[in-house]
Amino acid sequence: MKKNWPILVVDDEDVMCESMAAWLREDGYRVDTAPNGQKALELAGATDFAICFVDLKMPGGMDGIETMMEIHRIRPDASIIIITAYATVDTAIQAMKEGAQEYIVKPCNPQEISMLVSRILKLKKLQSENAILRKKLTRQYRHHDIFTKNPRMEEILALTQEVASLRSTVLIRGESGTGKELVARAVHFSGNRAEKPFIAVSCAALTETLLESELFGYEKGAFTGASGQAKGKFELADGGTIFLDEIGDISPKLQADLLRVLQERRFYRVGGSLEIEVDVRVIAATNKNLAEEVQQGRFREDLFYRLNVIEIHLPPLRERREDIPLLAEHFVQRISSELGKDVGGISGAALKVLIAHDWPGNVRELENVIERAIVTCRNGMLDEQDFSWLQRSGVQAQSWEIPDVPLGELERRAIVAALERKHGNVKEASTALGIDRSTLYDKLKRYEISH
Amino acid sequence: MNDLCLVPIGDVPGNSLDWIEGAAAEWFPLPIQRLPAMPIPERAFDAKRGQYQSVEIMKMLSQIVPRDASRILGVTDVDLSIPMLSFLFGQAQFDGPVAVVSLCRLHQEFYGLPAQESLLRERTVKEVLHELGHTFGLVHCSEPTCAMSLATHIQLVDAKAEQYCARCGLQLVERFSRGGGV
Repeated sequence: MKKNWPILVVDDEDVMCESMAAWLREDGYRVDTAPNGQKALELAGATDFAICFVDLKMPGGMDGIETMMEIHRIRPDASIIIITAYATVDTAIQAMKEGAQEYIVKPCNPQEISMLVSRILKLKKLQSENAILRKKLTRQYRHHDIFTKNPRMEEILALTQEVASLRSTVLIRGESGTGKELVARAVHFSGNRAEKPFIAVSCAALTETLLESELFGYEKGAFTGASGQAKGKFELADGGTIFLDEIGDISPKLQADLLRVLQERRFYRVGGSLEIEVDVRVIAATNKNLAEEVQQGRFREDLFYRLNVIEIHLPPLRERREDIPLLAEHFVQRISSELGKDVGGISGAALKVLIAHDWPGNVRELENVIERAIVTCRNGMLDEQDFSWLQRSGVQAQSWEIPDVPLGELERRAIVAALERKHGNVKEASTALGIDRSTLYDKLKRYEISH
Repeated sequence: MNDLCLVPIGDVPGNSLDWIEGAAAEWFPLPIQRLPAMPIPERAFDAKRGQYQSVEIMKMLSQIVPRDASRILGVTDVDLSIPMLSFLFGQAQFDGPVAVVSLCRLHQEFYGLPAQESLLRERTVKEVLHELGHTFGLVHCSEPTCAMSLATHIQLVDAKAEQYCARCGLQLVERFSRGGGV
């Protein structure tokens, strides 16, 4: 591990360079030495040093601070430790101001330097792990799971790239399971905020008071049980993006609070008197028609316009059926590998079943259906019979969104849908609905459905 | 041809070379040669710090390595340092022929305590194994009881055992079985 963290010692005294290098080599580090700033820059050009020990006073040419600044220009991630024999606060402050990570006075205790090096390298290791994970996430959310050949979806993906680095609010509309959060993540991870947090909040999952403290945080004693101060999601997302899912479900009070944050980028924690300023990009999502909600007086018009700066409308899966094979293959590969099951693919007949299905739960439903099929699959390939239960429509009920309509209307819609699926065949429709033919005829009459 | 040479630099405690020879013979399958004592090189003395620069002593040692020797270990009772560090218990050329050990800070008297020869022996053996280990390519070990763990103060020397841990010991064995260790 240590060999991956090369160290440079820059000092005009040969004995200083060599003795320090020898001491560090005993610890397993790869160490280079340079007698002046010029040579140091040459070496830094060829090697990505993790730490550079640079003597502050070097006669002729560049001094320690100049050398440090030049090294930083070539290797911005290198940690510079300024060495000096003249312990003055002024030089220490100047070195730190110019970007030195530490400042040590020679001679120092071996323990001091050993701890300093291991502390810096521990931090670097964490930073590098963090960078790797972020890169992985970025890669994952830029492309992963958004598979499409559909022209509308391709336009949407192009739009996410175009708006990625803007600060403008984005409103993503689409039915449940169409991948609204995935698109929000794609916007975040493709833009200049990718290195900062992406915080997702499901607004429908919490009550008004809980959501308020979740979003804005709270001060100690703000309410029963607030035993300490807590940061809200807006503070946690500072510099990054907050994704407010199911925004159409928030209360009028929270709509007002949210409008204020969007307008002023400032808010108060619950029970707090200190105004907090944040730089957060807001991406909201809803499966409701917000314009209609505005007309009905259930959603503030001013907030709607604030949110709807860039609108993305995700089509339901049934309107992009050409993507079903692509998505299905992808889910088979991913899920079978996650579950450790050896399922190599999906047959043409099975794909036909999937393409014919209406997918009320959209891509999420497709993913769940594939997972269930893989779990029960006994062959190395998913076939038609692995989805026979899907045709019996059991799974549809699980992911259906129940519209806010009278029960009779639901029944009417179910009958119409069954008849459509069975091409007007009453016998088959009654079997699918689980009622006998005469009952179905009664209902057709009652609901005035012609077939 | 592969001798390990011991050389006292200035006056060293009477038994110390016997202790060192015993420990070295136990761990390194090399003939051990004792060289006549050398005076402490005056140019190594740093008057400002009242210490001796180990780099100068190591330079001097590298000039006197006998032809039939693969390693030379200097043993001294004076306090060693390098410009960057306030003191050293010893220093070695990593995977190279020269090492030096100072007994100065291994004495209990250095810390204002009564002399204790058995403790001095233990500490001397640990530091000799440490520096010779470096000359055979061992780096610092994370196991605190291993002779190769880094000791930056005397308590850490005392926490070590007079031996290498299994991993470092195995590395040495492999090295010697490969090609005589040199």
